[in-house]
Amino acid sequence: MSYTQSEIWLIIGLMAIGTFAIRFSFLGLIGTRRIPSLIERMLRFTPVAVLPGMIAPLVLWPTDAINGVTMLHIAAAIITFSTAYATKKVTWGIAIGIALFFGPNLVELL
Amino acid sequence: MTVNTTKSTFGSGVKDGLPYIVVVIPFATLFGVVAVEAGLTIAQTFSFSLLVIAGASQFAALQLMLENAGIVVVLMAALAVNLRMAMYAAALAPHLGSAPFWQRMLIGFLNFDQSYLLSVTRYEDQPLMSVAEKVMYFLGVALLIAPLWCLFTYIGAIFGSSVPATWEASFILPVAFLAMVAPMLKSPAHLAAAFVSIVVALVLTDLPSGSGLLIAAFCAMATGVTVETLLESKA
Repeated sequence: MSYTQSEIWLIIGLMAIGTFAIRFSFLGLIGTRRIPSLIERMLRFTPVAVLPGMIAPLVLWPTDAINGVTMLHIAAAIITFSTAYATKKVTWGIAIGIALFFGPNLVELL
Repeated sequence: MTVNTTKSTFGSGVKDGLPYIVVVIPFATLFGVVAVEAGLTIAQTFSFSLLVIAGASQFAALQLMLENAGIVVVLMAALAVNLRMAMYAAALAPHLGSAPFWQRMLIGFLNFDQSYLLSVTRYEDQPLMSVAEKVMYFLGVALLIAPLWCLFTYIGAIFGSSVPATWEASFILPVAFLAMVAPMLKSPAHLAAAFVSIVVALVLTDLPSGSGLLIAAFCAMATGVTVETLLESKA
């Protein structure tokens, strides 16, 4: 990393301002005005529209994986999803996914 | 509106946020570790989490800083990751738009994945909630998660380099998101939207700085609404 201290603080400060501007945007500008119903309808789909597209590349091309994607990545992803889908519980999916993916490392530590 | 109901609404926000601690704590700790290893000071690492409170974009910014990208590129890419939150703001606006300005400022500052997801779900399940109750519920979720995010970033920064890189700890991110999305796939319209999101995001993955994801999200939303409308007109 070759930034000066003030450049790092500048990045952090501008990230903070930019992120706030995005998050506040419609909350501040629109106030009590209603959003048109078609847009409101579309927005109800935002989580299922954004998150799967964010997940897919992370599973297929994991950022930290030295040897690229393995069966373990795919299996952990499928089992996490199936568990959360079947139980309708976020926590169960995460717990089983983490146990499966990080289990071998944790066992090695003992 | 009595003080008691808003208090208990705040409490249910805290309670509903509890399962997400499992995600927030390791992820915050990891950010602390990675940021200090990358060359940020502990004060910078902590301030990053305190002022930005957006995991994925913080990791994206860090990754680009490690590659010594230009400051403008770092900012554009990392903020593009956060653009989805403008949609969150728009989804919250019909519910919270009539709250006092300072409360909306606070909600804007704390408008992240978990606080948005839980709140919108709750508002739709209980349409009779007052605006004050809606605000308290939102703050209940956010004021549980945000301080933990900062605290564990700090702990991660201090205990720094003890997590071996071979663990690929960042794989916690897709695992957590998969578990979050699965229970939301309640109807054929939601399934269709998720499918389109995945396909378009993968096809457009080489577009710069997250813009492919924004296009994918837009196509997926349009798909969701279309499928829902078609199914309704059949019924």
